Amino acid sequence: MQETIQILSEADAIVARQRGREIARTLGFSIVDQTRIAISISELARNIILYAGTGEVLITDLVAGYDDIGIEVIAADNGPGISDLNLALVDGYSTSNGLGMGLPGTKRLMDEFSIDTTPGVGTRITIRKWLHSRHF
Amino acid sequence: MQVPILRMNDVLIVTLGEDITDEEAISIKHDILVRIKETECEGLLIDISVVDLIDSFMGRVLNEIAEMARLMGSRTAITGMSPQVAITMVELGLKLEGVYTALTVERGFEWLKNQKTGA
Repeated sequence: MQETIQILSEADAIVARQRGREIARTLGFSIVDQTRIAISISELARNIILYAGTGEVLITDLVAGYDDIGIEVIAADNGPGISDLNLALVDGYSTSNGLGMGLPGTKRLMDEFSIDTTPGVGTRITIRKWLHSRHF
Repeated sequence: MQVPILRMNDVLIVTLGEDITDEEAISIKHDILVRIKETECEGLLIDISVVDLIDSFMGRVLNEIAEMARLMGSRTAITGMSPQVAITMVELGLKLEGVYTALTVERGFEWLKNQKTGA
């Protein structure tokens, strides 16, 4: 199962986080995990709007090994990219006059977090949460 | 989204709903501050019982509302936060500093009333 939500406006960001919550609920995630996932989508979708203008959020369910299932969210855009990844992951650092909490906060809320970014080409952030919180 | 701002005695009461966009949050902030000025209410109660998440932007706006209301001369109580919202706010690194929080609207309302008479 994969669902793609085009992010063109703030309203789409709300739709994306609602869908993420619904899919997480269907997969059996607790209310706290559903909230972690919805907040993370909210932060990533906001970054798309703020830095790239438009992009997309892809939500996929995952199966690992015998018994673990998870949810993967990819936030992708063709924006300016992140020039300093280390700084972008520091609490309180922001190039948009924000709180600088979106990326480091999302990393804390999720089990897996990775960024693929190329200046001038775009950014692709992948996050995962496992039902049994298995860390790889 | 138009959020009703009720008045009970000297307290303004705002109930935030689910799925507030960033733009709506900014407009709610503005509406609340204007109502504080109009009504000269010294207490502001924001109930978030039905709010299903507070992300970095919403957290920032809540802090701003409380600080701006304080500068104008009004105290803020935030009531009804759910466990999942409290857990994820702390994990995200968000703080509500200088804002009184209470389990229920009733307790928040009592506190605001006492701020006025007991000061």
